[in-house]
This record gives sequence, structure tokens and C-alpha cells, in this order.
Amino acid sequence: MRGTDPRSIAGKAPTPERHVALVVVGAGVTGIAAAIEAARAGIEVMLIDEHPIDNDMMAMDAPLCFGQRIDPSVRNRALMLERVVETNPGLASAYEAGVDVQLGTYVWGAFVNGPTVQELPAPMLGLADDRRSWLVGYDRLIVAAGARDVLLGFPGWERAGTLGAGGAAALLVRYRALAARRLVVLGSGALGLQTAALALEHGVEVAGVVEVGARVRGHAATATALAERGVSFYTAHTIHEARGRTGEIESVVLVAVDGTGKPIRGGLKEIACDAVCWAIGLVPSVELLHLVGARLRFVSSLGGWVPEVDARMRTSVPTVFAAGDCAGFHDGRLATPDVAHAQGRWAGLAAAESLGARARSETQHEVPVASPAPDTGPHAYWQAWLDSLIAAGGWEVNVCQCEEVTRRELVETKPPRYLKWDSPQMNARRLATLLRDGPVNQDQIKRLTRAGMGPCQSRRCREQVGLLLAQAAGTTLDRIPLPTFRPPIRPLPLNVLWPADEPAAMRDTWVSWFGIPTQFSPHWTAGMAMDEPTAHARLILSDE
Amino acid sequence: MMSAMATTRGAAVVIVGGGVTGLSAGWWLARAGVEVLVLDKGIVGWEASGRNGGGATHVYSPFGLEEQRLWPQMDELLGYPTEYQPFRIGVALSETQLALARRWAEIGESRGFRWESLDRRQLKELVPIVGDNAIGGTYLHFGGHANPQRTVQAYAWALQDLGGRIVQHTTATGLTQRGGRVTAVETTRGTFGADVVVIAAGPQTGAFAEMLGAWLPLAPARVEMIATEPIPLMRVGGVAGNGLYGRQTLRGNLVYGGGPHEWINVPDMATPEHANTPLVRNLARRLAELFPGAAHVRVIRAWSGLVENTPDGLPVVERLTRPDNVVIATMSSVGFGLSPAVGRAVCELVQHGRCQFADLGALALARFADTPRDWRERAGWAAAPTAVGAAVGGDG
Repeated sequence: MRGTDPRSIAGKAPTPERHVALVVVGAGVTGIAAAIEAARAGIEVMLIDEHPIDNDMMAMDAPLCFGQRIDPSVRNRALMLERVVETNPGLASAYEAGVDVQLGTYVWGAFVNGPTVQELPAPMLGLADDRRSWLVGYDRLIVAAGARDVLLGFPGWERAGTLGAGGAAALLVRYRALAARRLVVLGSGALGLQTAALALEHGVEVAGVVEVGARVRGHAATATALAERGVSFYTAHTIHEARGRTGEIESVVLVAVDGTGKPIRGGLKEIACDAVCWAIGLVPSVELLHLVGARLRFVSSLGGWVPEVDARMRTSVPTVFAAGDCAGFHDGRLATPDVAHAQGRWAGLAAAESLGARARSETQHEVPVASPAPDTGPHAYWQAWLDSLIAAGGWEVNVCQCEEVTRRELVETKPPRYLKWDSPQMNARRLATLLRDGPVNQDQIKRLTRAGMGPCQSRRCREQVGLLLAQAAGTTLDRIPLPTFRPPIRPLPLNVLWPADEPAAMRDTWVSWFGIPTQFSPHWTAGMAMDEPTAHARLILSDE
Repeated sequence: MMSAMATTRGAAVVIVGGGVTGLSAGWWLARAGVEVLVLDKGIVGWEASGRNGGGATHVYSPFGLEEQRLWPQMDELLGYPTEYQPFRIGVALSETQLALARRWAEIGESRGFRWESLDRRQLKELVPIVGDNAIGGTYLHFGGHANPQRTVQAYAWALQDLGGRIVQHTTATGLTQRGGRVTAVETTRGTFGADVVVIAAGPQTGAFAEMLGAWLPLAPARVEMIATEPIPLMRVGGVAGNGLYGRQTLRGNLVYGGGPHEWINVPDMATPEHANTPLVRNLARRLAELFPGAAHVRVIRAWSGLVENTPDGLPVVERLTRPDNVVIATMSSVGFGLSPAVGRAVCELVQHGRCQFADLGALALARFADTPRDWRERAGWAAAPTAVGAAVGGDG
């Protein structure tokens, strides 16, 4: 005899609003190439991109670090949509190829069956715009989500005007809405030089390019061209602090450093600027890949945690492919967009073939352009920057802005300041005492210190928290387990995330806990069962 | 070899499972001067103990009075913060919800606690994000809530401060029995000798009971929660209703769960993933109904946890008679709030063979003697058969 538990999820699994054969997430070079390739092979394709991003999301530094230097024109959604389309000609080609292009659409979750979930009728993505959320099922998924910014803290970096290279590029090129006139770029590799060049091209003055190392890391010719346009290069320098009167950056103070990143006495220079842009590297956006259960590994030369993929960009989950910057990023990629393009085409073709499309002869034998990965990764470079920032700015600098956790509080595993907790026992605890019980775990430290628990979902601090913990624990980043990503991977309002309607079964049998009548019965009163009623209140859509 | 010897040094009491029940028991034992060792397959409190609603209002339970007595002292007793905050407010959006909230209050009243009825105006004064859809509520001058993650670590640290030991990343795989007693716990990192063993291994508790020939029916299930960005602190953080449990944290986040669970199977001793499902959307909807004034607030994360239930949803806290040196403790999905009291009960079972402050008769294993082996199927509590098509599409 088989019973049913009306209060379990059985029979209430959500039905996606749509089901498409292939969903491609990210409409950059890679995603567009993938979508077009698959569509030409006769596959139904939905291509999703979150740009144009709404102003409120940008203000939270999601998904890129926009540093509060956002021109109010971004509130004009129609205009921004126009600009996003106009600056990305590939979108038109995708439309022409028959791809269903969804712009201004966030992918905030990926839901698949696994060891603890068996209820889903198909794998599905959670999507949202600025008004509502919905679910889309898929047979195949190509993640081409690109890369995100890396920021490091310095005194005053909480002020408006601290950006990442990705956020700056988006505001300059796609949105034409960077609300800054004078930019200081941190990092002189290909990304730093490109950021400076983009700024100049869009009429933003570049007050300097700062490099912690002794010489410029990018191509000398590019640097010379920038210098000829009046850009000053500050090699062997780091940021001492950002200054300003009203929560805004109005200048930065640089300090000269020696070969080990230590400040040289008297080497301070104040430079007027209204924005500082970190351009020392980008990190592959692997959030969705993590959520679908694709195996990730740490490869420093590819920017950190990247999916394991085969030659056709297939991940360890056979239905999921990863291509472009989210499968690995390094500075060299900036000069070789054909790699991203080829990876996209290859993934699109492989996904199409896995869905039964016949291989097309012209592409069948094409081998993706090998991506020239450098010998060493950016992490040693980031560490050099971080060492210099600690030497110049000390340990009382916030590593996590959202939760106001300083470097010291992080490595001493202090409880958050708002608890006002003080006890000799707590004072005797620090990272070292925790390490006696097991290897360092960023998620555990996050729970204790709250570093990375804020509304930016650790976009501004994940890398520097990892670097600081690895250093303090005397280990390396690759030995620290990947801190998890939780859905929603974009911070969405309750009244956007909620479903507009629910099956009656969901509403009518909803209970706060298991609905076992004897579970909360007073132990001294037989028969006084606490049977939680399941009738519910009317849905109130607003508080008007 | 020296280090291997050192790491497998046993203790007078070895506790299998570093969840909130095992840690509290270990702390109470260490306070009593007993040499204690807690084994965990991962990091302490990493499963349901560290990922729950944090509620501390279970006056219906045999442990309820002790729970209420202990929580206000826990910060001081442990020496570490638990973020315990007293009192609860129940919000009702319908007459049935109001009746339920009052039932909770009246159960407290029958134990000698005080409560008040709230009308909508009073509710909105106390909880400004409540809307006009609320019809009334309750203010309990008892109960409360704490931060599960901080509390599990507080137990662990306090236990260590008293000389107890914690060995993490070590999975218990068996129990060595000799002469009618359990003499050691076998693990992936060697064998730990013990005079008394406490099994507090959550969903895996049943597997250990089975090794001893005891029948402990347990069904694991997945439940989910969401957390919002912080909003200004309300006077009372322990506000719940509309089919949700949870609280406002001292940081200001709204952290709530509820709704349908999924019955699953957990392979023996596995460390399961913490997957979420689209249920997070339904949770968002109910939270926005409960707090219309916070409908615009952003959800910044969701998570899930596995909890186990006995057929009647009540705990098993018992010292076995054969072998007579084993204590079993599973809280049947309601363990966090009761943990200060249950840890003390386990300590007394270890030391004296019986709990001196509460009658645990209703929680004895014997009540399941006649529970058939296929009880999960009969009750509808079995895991769904793996949907082949879905599995291929999802996890390959």
C-alpha cells in the first residue's frame, strides 16, 4: 500500500512557463556565435542577456562593479535597450538566424534534479526582468556568462567612484552612461591599458595608470600610445587612500613602493579624480555552472575556478556546455576575440548535434582556436597588489563593504561589530585556532565574520577574502574549497521573485513545517494534536 | 605512525555527529568534567543544525521548560555569542492562522507563560512592515530565537575551552562491539575507543541504530529557506506567520522558510548537496504577503537543509539497554531551539542513566516496535522514484 503526503512537494513541482531545446546564457561574442550556430543547424534557441541592467541592480554593483558612477539616463529603459542593441551588432544577426533573443533578462537560478532533488520534470532556469520572474525549461544549456570584476580594498574604497573594469567598460561602451570625468586605472596589463584607451575614446580623462610592479605589464606600444595622449604611468606605486568630502571620491593618494610592495617614505602623490577603476583581471562567471553541478577546478592561469570542459566545450554535466570567458579568462583573451567566437560556435554546434541536428560539413572538422594561456595566473599579481595595499593601508580597511568587515576582523574571525560582543573566550579565538580543527573554509569564515554575506553577494570581496584567508592560513587559493554560490545569483525583490500564480495544491496544502499532527502536540495532553490549518490568506500584491 | 596514534585517541564519551545536539551534549559533558570527543564527517554544524530558522519556542516539548530556562543564559554560559533574542510575535492573515497562533500561545500559558492578543494597529506598531491584510496576532512573553550558525560554533568552542575535543572531516563508519557493549567508534581515520557512545548523527542516526540491532524509523527530507538584504531592525525580530517560520536577524535580514518538503533518500554517511528548487519563489510570495511593507526588499540567498523525521515527528532521546552504553538522540527535525535542554538530557543519560529534569517516556524507541519496515511507503513519505528522463536532463 502506498500512501501520499499531501504536504510534501509530490505533485506540486512547477511547470516552466516555456520549454526550449537550447538556452544560451550571455549574448556576448561567444553566446551569439553559439546561438547562431545552433539555430542554423535547425535547433530552437533562446538567447538570454541581462543587459540593459536596471538602475537599482547597477547600484548594488551587480553583476559588475559600477561604483555608483551611473548616469541617471540608465533609468530610460527604452534608450538603454536601443544602445545595447546598437553596440552589439551580433544581436541583429542572431534575430535574423531565428534566435529568440531575450534582453534585459536576468538568469537568477538553475534547478536540476540531483541527490536531494527528484521532483523536477526537467532542468530549468529561473529568469526575471525588473517586474517579474518565470521559469524556462531546457534540453541543453550553453553558459556563456563572461567574467566579472575583481576588486581589492583600500582606505576610502567605499566611496562612490570605485569601479571594476567590466563595469566601466559596460558604462562607457554599451550604456554611454559613465558618470565620471577623470579616471585613475589600477593595473597596467592588457585589461588596464584597454580600460584607459576606452575611457579616452569616450571622452573620459585618464588621470593615470597605476602599477604596483616595476614596469608596465601590457604591450609597450599600447602604453606608449596612451602616454602620447597624455596618460601618466605610475609604476612601482600603490593606492594609499581615496579622499573626498561627501562619500565621493575626489582624489586618490598614491604611494611609491619598493620591490616587495612596501611604501617608500615620502613617496605620496595626490591625484584629482572622480573614479578609480580596478583593472587587474577578471574572474570567470561560474555561478550557474556551479548550480547545475558542473565540476569546477581551480586553474590560476584561467582566472580561478573554471568548469572542466572537453574539446567541444561540454562540461561534466552532459547537457551543459560552457564557452568563452566563463570557461577561463586571461588578459591574452582581450587580443584574441576569435577564441571566444570559436568556442561559442563549437559549443553551439556540439549542443545542436547532441539534440540530433546533423553535423554541417563546413564546421565539422573545424578545431577551436587553441587559447594561449599564460604560464602564470593573475593570483600572484593580485597578491602583490594586496600585499602593497596592506603595507600602505594597514589592517583596519574593510574587506567586505556590505557587512563592514575589516581585514583584521576577517583573519581574527571576529563576530560582527554590531553584536558588541566581548569575552575573553572570543578574544582568544582567531583563524589559527580554527585551523587546528580543519583546513580553512571560506564559507565557514563567512558565517562567523559575515564577510561576503551582504547584498552584493560577495561580488566585491570574494577574491580578496580568499587571498587574505589563504595567506593567513599559510596555504594557497587553489587549496581552499570553492565558496558556494546560492540562488538567486542576482539580488531580486520579493515582489519580482514571487510567482504571479501558484497551483491550488501549493497554496491549499502549504504548512510551515511538516504538518505531522503529533509533532507539536503538548506532550502532557494526549489527543491535543496541533494540526496546522492549511487554508490561506488572500494574496496582497501591494501595501497600498 | 605517531600522528595516527595521536589522532585516534578515544575518550570516555565519544559523540558521533557534530550537529547542535551532539555539540550541546558534548559541552554539557565537558562542563561535568567528563572527557569527551565529538566526531563529525565535515565541519561542525554544517548540516541542518546551522541552516534552520533559529526558533527557540518549543514549550509543548518535554524539554520545553528547560529550553525556556536556559536560552537567556546561553551567551554567558558558553562565553560566545548565540544572538539569542527573547519573545515572539505571531502574525495572522486569516482566522485560521489566528486560531493557530493562539493555540501556540495557550500552550505556553498552560505552562505558566504570559502572552497578549494583538489587534492590527498594535501589530503594525510593533512590526511596521505588516500590512492591512493582517487581522491580528499574538505577543508571546516567552520563546525567542538565535543564530544557528553562530550557536553551533559557540557550543564547539565552549566545549573545547572545557577540554573536550572535536575531530572534523572524519566519518564514522561502524561501531565495535565486545561483550555486549560498544567499545569503539570506527571511522575513516581510525578507531576511537569509548566507554559510552552518543549517536547524534541526524538523518544517519537510524543507520547506527541498525548496527546495534535497534529499529529507529527515520525519513529524511529537504527543506528550503530564503534570506533578504538587511532592513531596519524591528523591536522584536522573532516575527512569523502565514505558514512561514523564521526571524529578522540582528543584522536586519529577513530569514524565512516553510512550505512543502521533499522526502528523499540519503545514501549512508553521505554528505549531501544543499540544492534549492523553484520553491524559493513561493517562499518569496508568502514572505511578501506576511510583510507587504517589505515586498520590495531583495532576496540575496537561499539554501536548503536535510532533516529527519520519525513517524510521529517526535524525538528519540534514550539510553539503550542492549548495549547499555549507547545514547541515541535524534530530534526529528526540531532540534535547534531545544538543543540547550537536550544536550543536558543526554549528559544526564550518560552520567546517571536517566534524565532528571524531564520525563522522556514519550520519546522512547519502543514506540516504534510495531512500525512496519515499509512505513515510509505507507505514509507517503518515501522518496520519489528517480525520474529517468529528468535525471538525464539534469544531472546526467
